[in-house]
Amino acid sequence: MHKLLTDRAGEKMLLLGNEAIARGAIEAGVAFTSTYPGTPSSEVSLSFFQMSQESDLYFEYSTNEKVALEVAAAAANCGLRSMAVMKHVGLNVAADPLMTLAYVGVKGGMVVLTADDPFMFSSQNEQDNRYYGKLSGLSVIEPSSVQEAKELVFYAFEVSEQLQEPVILRTTTRINHSTAVVTLGPIRPRVVKGEFKKDPLNLVTVPAVSRKLHVKLLKNIEKARTISETSPLNILEGDGAWGIVCNGISHAYVKDAVKDLDISRKVRILRIGFSHPMPGSWIKQFLKGCQKVLVVEEGEPYMEEAVKAFAQEDGNCVKIRGKGEGLFSPLYEFDPGMVRERIAKYFGIPYQKPVSVDVSDAPEVPDRPPTLCAGCSHRATYYAVKKAAEGIKTIYPTDIGCYTLGVLPPLSMADFLLCMGSSTGTGGGFSKATDRKVISFIGDSTFFHSGIPGLINAIFNNHNLTLVILNNGITAMTGHQPHPGADMSLLNLSGYGRLDIENVVKGLGVPFVTKIKPYKVNKSIEAIREAVRFKGVSVVISEEMCVLYAKSLGLAKGKPFRVTEKCKNHRDCLTIACPAFFIWEGKVNIDPTLCTGCAVCAQICPENAIMPLKAKKNSA
Amino acid sequence: MDTTRVIIVAVGGQGNLLASKVLGEAALLANIPIHMSEIHGMAQRGGVVESTVIFGEADSAIISDGEADVLMGFEPSETLRALNKCNAKTLVITNLSPLMPFTVNIGKGVYPNLKLLQDLIRKKTGKLIAFNATNIAKEAGSIMAVNMVLLGALIQTSTVPLTADHVKTIIRSKTKKAFSDINLKAFELGFSAAARI
Ligand code: SF4
Repeated sequence: MHKLLTDRAGEKMLLLGNEAIARGAIEAGVAFTSTYPGTPSSEVSLSFFQMSQESDLYFEYSTNEKVALEVAAAAANCGLRSMAVMKHVGLNVAADPLMTLAYVGVKGGMVVLTADDPFMFSSQNEQDNRYYGKLSGLSVIEPSSVQEAKELVFYAFEVSEQLQEPVILRTTTRINHSTAVVTLGPIRPRVVKGEFKKDPLNLVTVPAVSRKLHVKLLKNIEKARTISETSPLNILEGDGAWGIVCNGISHAYVKDAVKDLDISRKVRILRIGFSHPMPGSWIKQFLKGCQKVLVVEEGEPYMEEAVKAFAQEDGNCVKIRGKGEGLFSPLYEFDPGMVRERIAKYFGIPYQKPVSVDVSDAPEVPDRPPTLCAGCSHRATYYAVKKAAEGIKTIYPTDIGCYTLGVLPPLSMADFLLCMGSSTGTGGGFSKATDRKVISFIGDSTFFHSGIPGLINAIFNNHNLTLVILNNGITAMTGHQPHPGADMSLLNLSGYGRLDIENVVKGLGVPFVTKIKPYKVNKSIEAIREAVRFKGVSVVISEEMCVLYAKSLGLAKGKPFRVTEKCKNHRDCLTIACPAFFIWEGKVNIDPTLCTGCAVCAQICPENAIMPLKAKKNSA
Repeated sequence: MDTTRVIIVAVGGQGNLLASKVLGEAALLANIPIHMSEIHGMAQRGGVVESTVIFGEADSAIISDGEADVLMGFEPSETLRALNKCNAKTLVITNLSPLMPFTVNIGKGVYPNLKLLQDLIRKKTGKLIAFNATNIAKEAGSIMAVNMVLLGALIQTSTVPLTADHVKTIIRSKTKKAFSDINLKAFELGFSAAARI
């Protein structure tokens, strides 16, 4: 049985934040779950995926976050407890349905998880999604610890049903990817079949209906404010005259700092766990006893601005600071030492910063950037495109996936990136705005996610664009999650449909479509050359399973290669930057434990010096 | 209870997260408060994996510069890269077997000299325990057991509030059955290797 289905309340378990969130949902009786995978949220959905295979929990990998939110919203409108899971930028994709779902509301509890990523460990921006609360009018709640992450999911479902509105659960990477001991609670039975009651005058958002629903939403925000005012999520600690307001993971750093600085008698801490709507009366009350207030929050000055506004309403002139010179920055994530130092500084406490080892005289440590795996087919495709486009002035818009790593030299095959699916739209724009040949790259999962509308646009507006679809059969970067083109039988799962990218592209009416096997270097170059020469929209589908995925399924069959004596040290093979290569005593070598036998380097070598490690047996 | 902050650095694929998981489970078994965090963005693609394990009465799960009590490195250049987490008292445990970054492999970077690296760490930190954990792991039966060798060394130093029995119980119950004998042997060998230093 999946460990998160353990029905033993009171038992202690070591859980990753994301597992704790999934467990919280199970304890709350969640019945319907959906996602588009995205770090740092991915393990929540992985847990749901696994549990759905051995219980009546419904889970789906949806095409994108918008769809994930919509399927969950429908389920919640049939009375089921549902949850849509995504990373912070995923909520941008889902923002359209979310804004109006706030008008329509839900019948069963619905929780939307947004996993924010301060410092951008694995994201393209570090936007602060608490603002989605203000924008949509929905309640936002935030945990400060792994245990609380579990508890808050349960709480979020309760609030959601009370308000008949979805609730946004906002976490940050340091909650999602922290591990701690969690005490399990009882599991509420799941209700897995819902009922839809027709009620078009409240559920079909034509203007006349929406005008009414907006009034309802405003009333709901007031109700939520009342809940927030008395919510156990807003915690007051201490009664000193120095006020600290904090949220999320910052609460942990503040607690440690207060202990380390030994100022617990001097401070009062307000931990905001219900961050939209903010508990105004509470905050005003809190401020009354303060001489000075510091707001400790990662990201934007979301609470700081609110706290200042509450003080103003009350005619309270207490000094309130958060972001600014010498204090906190909206940039990146915080750490315990930083918070301790800023608290000491702001409240004028003598403090000696721990002295780190002086590393000024240490030798430079060579970089170890993540690279495409040895044998990754993206490398082969990049090489072929580079060769096919030799002598042509190009722009390479790229997209989000492992292949984005192609930005690094020596591949250097990425010129522009905004968000999921942007390679098709921006590619079209570049082709109209310049005379350059535009070749865009997009992965299979990203293509399904949001690449298709840009491609349709390019056909309609007659852009001169070559789109290379890197079809490796799986969503590789986030840990090999399925997508609509994945072969689910490889996972021994049945009952799924499967879309063929070639059919999709041809069905859209792309005038030039070609398919390549990227490990066949010369043939691929030829085919790409033709696609690049084509005026208008051309699509190259590069098909080869993600080698890491193939390995995990026991399907990788390649045998390692070696560099033979014929090598004349041109080092052409190194231009593809395969991590299986190394230089030893001035000569190029291949690490047989890393080589997957894709043989791309063997086809590049002008001396034919790269050969299979073991000579092929004669077929006897 | 005092707080002990351990930072573990490794190259993706070296089993760093399993090592911290074993420490976490052992802490749960021993009823010791624990907070852990991990950053493994693209670990599978040869990047750096960093995890932190904090024992005792703290709420934070990460470690600021200069605040690690123990730095455990699965790869010597990664140990060096994380040296800013250490102070003059920090205990440093490191594997001495290099995994060349690709940049070095293709001649675009220089790997630090291992002797200088050790001298430097020894001079600047509280104590250095450096040995070839990869060889010991091979001796135990699998190169994949480097993580267990280093865990053995860590427990031998008594800097974290766990006994060898706690950790061995967890290795037996929570690591893959097929590897648990090798893992236990690797742990023991790491333990005695540290005792000799
Ligand atoms: S995980 Fe797959 S797609 Fe990603 S770099 Fe490795 S082989 Fe390539």
